Amino acid sequence: MLNIIWPIFIIISFIYAIFSGNVEKLNNSIFESAKNAVELTIIFFGTVCLWNGIMQIAKETTLMEKITKILQPVMKILFPNIEKNDEANKEMSMNIVANILGLGNAATPLGLKAMKTLQKQNEKKDTLTDTMMMFIIINTASIQLIPTTVIAIRSSLGAQEPTKIIVPVWIATICAAIAGIITAKIIIKKVKK
Amino acid sequence: MKIINYISSIAMPLIILIIIMYGVAEKNKTFDTFLKGAKEGIEIVINLFPTLLGIFLAVGVLRSSGIIELIVQVIEPILNTIKIPAQIMPLALLRPISGSASMAVATDIMTQYGVDSNIGLIASVIMGSTETTLYTIAIYTSSVGIKKTRCVIIAALVADIIGMLTSVVICNILS
Repeated sequence: MLNIIWPIFIIISFIYAIFSGNVEKLNNSIFESAKNAVELTIIFFGTVCLWNGIMQIAKETTLMEKITKILQPVMKILFPNIEKNDEANKEMSMNIVANILGLGNAATPLGLKAMKTLQKQNEKKDTLTDTMMMFIIINTASIQLIPTTVIAIRSSLGAQEPTKIIVPVWIATICAAIAGIITAKIIIKKVKK
Repeated sequence: MKIINYISSIAMPLIILIIIMYGVAEKNKTFDTFLKGAKEGIEIVINLFPTLLGIFLAVGVLRSSGIIELIVQVIEPILNTIKIPAQIMPLALLRPISGSASMAVATDIMTQYGVDSNIGLIASVIMGSTETTLYTIAIYTSSVGIKKTRCVIIAALVADIIGMLTSVVICNILS
């Protein structure tokens, strides 16, 4: 995707800048953007490493299993076709918990593993099952307890209260997730496999 | 509103506290574990840098060339009627496609309009509450060789749009 968008952005910008007389500004922005990328990376070094360290502790204790257990009633509503003791149920719960805790790097491999298990039970190998669809929707909804990346950016830009956005993010995420789940449920009913 | 701000500020310390207490209770060597996790973080960030550099270049030239201003001018009258600031449109459009691109755009918006401004807050909440939808769908379906996705993309984009609209509404209420 970016292989198409990236060159288009740059080519359009350069051509437009020449015609609108913004070449000088454009020139400055080239070096400015390199500087900005370095600055943001340095900020990320601190926050990403810090959060990863804290979450490593969560990973090595039984905390994740505990939350996975609490999650079971919700799992039942979301995935009515999956048995509680199913391997897929365990993998999907782990993926969702990893997402909630902001362990993006742990969540994706777990999610792909769950997809593999679900595919084994799939009768039509080229078509998405109901469970898979719902699982993907949950993954695209970004249910995350602490949006660390945004907070890090805000704090580096000198926000008065960088964490001010946490509750608004929760509300927006929940609304988005509910909208996604309802739409997916409708699609599951209306669109044939 | 005060209580919302309070929960927002207590959430992060509380989670860190719970995790560390949990580690101590289970006799985990918490500091060693922390170091191990932090070390993994280095690799994540180093892998991210080239992408950020490329995206910042594209976003930087887009803005300085004046194109974004042009687009904003065109769509502003339409969006103003429903109280959505036109300045966040580039972010809304890029968010489902690329995580690093939208991060660069969001940072750009916060720098330009002020991190504590209404637009800055909206950009932050959108970044925190939505995901790189198209990318996620692509890797999840292609990893198991599924071609017929039964309009899952529609449900995902509905979720994104609702998430973004909610972000705008909440920030308008709070500020």
